[in-house]
Amino acid sequence: MESVARSQSAAELGASATHGAKLIYRQSAWTRLTHWLWAISLFFMLLTGLQIFNARPQLYIGKQSGFGYDNTILEIGAENTSAGPRGYTEIFGHRFDTTGVFGWSGPAGNETARGFPSWATIPSYYDLGTARVIHFFFAWILTTTLIVWLVASLTNGHLRRDLAPRLDDLKRLPRDVIDHARLKFHHTREYNTLQKMAYGGVLFLLLPLMIITGLAMSPSMNSVLPFLNDLLGGRQTARTIHFIVMLLLVAFFLIHILMIVAAGPINELRSIITGWYRTDPPAQDAAKSLERNA
Amino acid sequence: MTKFQINRRKFLTAAGIGGSGMLLSGCDAFDSQLGIGGSLRSFLENANGLTYRAQRFLAGRDSLAPEFTEADIRQPQRPNGVTSPDDDDYKALLANNFADWRLEVSGLVEKPLSLSREQLMNMPSRTQITRHDCVEGWSCIAKWTGTPLSLVLDQAVVKPTARYVMFHCLDTIDRSLSGDIKYYGTIDLIDARHPQTILAYGLNGKPLPVENGAPLRVRVERQLGYKMPKYLRKIELVDGFADIGGGRGGYWEDNGYDWYGGI
Repeated sequence: MESVARSQSAAELGASATHGAKLIYRQSAWTRLTHWLWAISLFFMLLTGLQIFNARPQLYIGKQSGFGYDNTILEIGAENTSAGPRGYTEIFGHRFDTTGVFGWSGPAGNETARGFPSWATIPSYYDLGTARVIHFFFAWILTTTLIVWLVASLTNGHLRRDLAPRLDDLKRLPRDVIDHARLKFHHTREYNTLQKMAYGGVLFLLLPLMIITGLAMSPSMNSVLPFLNDLLGGRQTARTIHFIVMLLLVAFFLIHILMIVAAGPINELRSIITGWYRTDPPAQDAAKSLERNA
Repeated sequence: MTKFQINRRKFLTAAGIGGSGMLLSGCDAFDSQLGIGGSLRSFLENANGLTYRAQRFLAGRDSLAPEFTEADIRQPQRPNGVTSPDDDDYKALLANNFADWRLEVSGLVEKPLSLSREQLMNMPSRTQITRHDCVEGWSCIAKWTGTPLSLVLDQAVVKPTARYVMFHCLDTIDRSLSGDIKYYGTIDLIDARHPQTILAYGLNGKPLPVENGAPLRVRVERQLGYKMPKYLRKIELVDGFADIGGGRGGYWEDNGYDWYGGI
């Protein structure tokens, strides 16, 4: 915390950097620190989460798991066939052969029945207890980081200045979509509309939903907030939402990485490590602001 | 610095290389440091203590687990773990319908007890329709009937030095070089005295079946299933559990699960 407080003064200095400069101070120490804490937390929470899922590689809708009736919407499993053991994934009753990845995987000759393959889980072997220890450790880190970020971003103006949607963003949206599709990027102080939607969606929708559905699975929290599962549609629905939000976060991560590679990984990485970001030459900036005001 | 520009082909190549690198990295890098008692593991386990304190603070002593309606009982209670004990003493007790079975209450109590099933059933009972949540991730709703554990504890008069209730079970869950390991577990006195913590002898309006823990199992409704031992033999009041089994407070705890199963 102390080091954070010290670098905050640097952030304040940087915020006053003028817009015309080529190298601008774009990301405050708070943004950079919380970004990397999330990155580490989400890495471990994903891989331990897949391990936890492997203990029961099925998803259900409702208050409970259907054993005497069917409310299963996803199932990963292994079965014996005339061609040997095969892995399968069944989604809404549609079965796909996913041998080698889901259901049946491992080194040749040493395959085992497991939901997600061992390269996607921590620990690599089946160990539910250890995965839960790591998962809940980083759940505390992730949640604390989100609260720290929210307080810092409200205080230092990051939220109002960089993330709050404006009417202008709506007008820019079609242009933004086209530019992204053509991998054409403008390097400015501000986030573009799609960036605001993606970051805002993760920070204000996906991460809170992840925390809420996580809490809803805790039997002790159910005694504190009994309405939570009623709202979400039951504990097993909460577990299913937790899984779907995981998929959305993975999708965000992949697009995030692709966009960084496409927009200039050195510049993008420098800004999230040191805070300094190289903007487009002023001519291009002026043209763009004209375009935006048109 | 020159401006970094990239065309679509370069972009796809880079993305492909990055993606395959992720696949090849594997996730066995952390395996060696995560064993029980390891320093990294122990450090990470501090979070469990934090969870325990936070949830105790929020939930208090008596907040109730959600209860459901008859309409929510849609299937038999799913059995898990040991479902048919192979132990000779258990099979002998089962053979005459548990007439010779007794629940011993011992340890840090003023008045040790030995209770038959009839004696337990003659005490005031509680019936609750609750959701059983397994650590594996599944849930099942059923109706449980039993004697509140607090009544049994009051009858035995718990000494002030007691901190945990330890459940000793009849079923062998594992075998080791030093002999058979019978299932056991511990809960603290807050959960032991919780109004929904019952010694259940009835399930869905019928006597508790063997696969669900006959003649008696405990229900601890604010925790996960592994905290609710089946096939009870003895309840022992203790001031700690460091000297028993692996020292972590239960069979599954000794194998890596958290002692606190509220999450």
